[in-house]
Amino acid sequence: MTNNAPARMPDGLQSIIDDFASLAGQDKLQLLLEFAEGLPPLPERYASHPELLEPVPECQSPVFLVVEVDHSAPKPTARLFFSAPPEAPTTRGFAGILHEGLDGRPVTEILAVPADFALELPVADVVSPLRLRGLSAMLARVKRQVAEQMGAA
Amino acid sequence: MPVPLDPDPALAPYAHPGRLVSTEWLAAHKDDPGVVVVESDEDVLLYETGHIPGAVKVDWVMDLNDPVTRDYVDGAGFAKLMSTKGISRDSTVVIYGDKSNWWAAYALWVFTLFGHEDVRLLNGGRAKWIDEGREMTKQVPQRAATDYPVVERVDAPIRAYQSQVLATLGHVPLIDVRSTPEYTGARTHMPEYPQEGVLRGGHIPGAVSVPWSRAAAADGTFKPRAELEQIYFGEAGLHADDDVIAYCRIGERSSHTWFVLTHLLGLPNVRNYDGSWTEWGNTVRVPIAQGEEPGAAPPVPA
Repeated sequence: MTNNAPARMPDGLQSIIDDFASLAGQDKLQLLLEFAEGLPPLPERYASHPELLEPVPECQSPVFLVVEVDHSAPKPTARLFFSAPPEAPTTRGFAGILHEGLDGRPVTEILAVPADFALELPVADVVSPLRLRGLSAMLARVKRQVAEQMGAA
Repeated sequence: MPVPLDPDPALAPYAHPGRLVSTEWLAAHKDDPGVVVVESDEDVLLYETGHIPGAVKVDWVMDLNDPVTRDYVDGAGFAKLMSTKGISRDSTVVIYGDKSNWWAAYALWVFTLFGHEDVRLLNGGRAKWIDEGREMTKQVPQRAATDYPVVERVDAPIRAYQSQVLATLGHVPLIDVRSTPEYTGARTHMPEYPQEGVLRGGHIPGAVSVPWSRAAAADGTFKPRAELEQIYFGEAGLHADDDVIAYCRIGERSSHTWFVLTHLLGLPNVRNYDGSWTEWGNTVRVPIAQGEEPGAAPPVPA
């Protein structure tokens, strides 16, 4: 029951948390903007088939995501793909953080991410707690898609 | 010296044409002494991706809302914000933003709570400026701090509280500016938007549905006055001298409608009920109507 593994913050996300914690005010927003600008575009197989992505209605802007679990390795890993418009940089920034921290990581690591990761990320003072709900919703969907694909394997 | 109004003849028919400026006017006057351009968006990071040169950012959550009480900042908080942004009491403030100026209109309404005299909206907002290929920059202006006075916030003329809405049910016309599924009660949030924790769906009994977007043209500018009169007077049945209360979900879309009724159609007593549906739909024992009809205001329970 991998989805019942004890919660543990992966090193990648912990490193992002530490980066934000070392900054103040406007610099935190600039870092979030870098994540927004660094979110890679969808590969062609999804760009031409947006219906394959799952919407995340909890975000204030249209954002879609899909996860691919690779079962070939001894330890299965997962790829994460996100789509969010440039007019929604906050949402893109959250997607960029999850991508940076979790893309290509072992599924056990992804399933162990604490559900309240968004509260651990020290940005509420610059983006407001209200806007962090989208990040929680994205993470929950990533974990659910991973768990479903592990269950189906 | 007062900053001149936009002489654009398209604005002249509106009741208070001085409350709007065109993108052409702003391009010519944004660097005038006394003019401060303010961007106010739904997305807290949008300003950082690029903004009109010289514009400062005011965020509706981080800057205008009190961080603890569900209320707006007080006079001292507003004075501090204005000082930090380099805005003086006599500055001509021109606000623009995303989403057809929802949040810009909301910011303008809050500026009005503090009686800031000369505050205008950029007709068409951020999208029109960008669509016209006008200059954007990531450069954040360094404006000198000002000595903005501490002015007491005066809510009564333009802000309605739930108790006032309840007490005047059936007497003061209500305009519900949310989407139709929110009005009927089929859903408690906008399509594509998060559910914001409302326990009941529907509308305040007697409220007439006029979604805010009916006032906006395709390019995000406001529709001509004659068309607005047809919508609000012809269809919704308002009169030019009515007291009116507008509401939505948290008061931002209804600020857009408040601006239309107050400054474009000239109604003298329009209030924004900013508690809106997130307050009403969670309140125990207040009457609620569902479906497409406004419904009648029931007697207030003892």
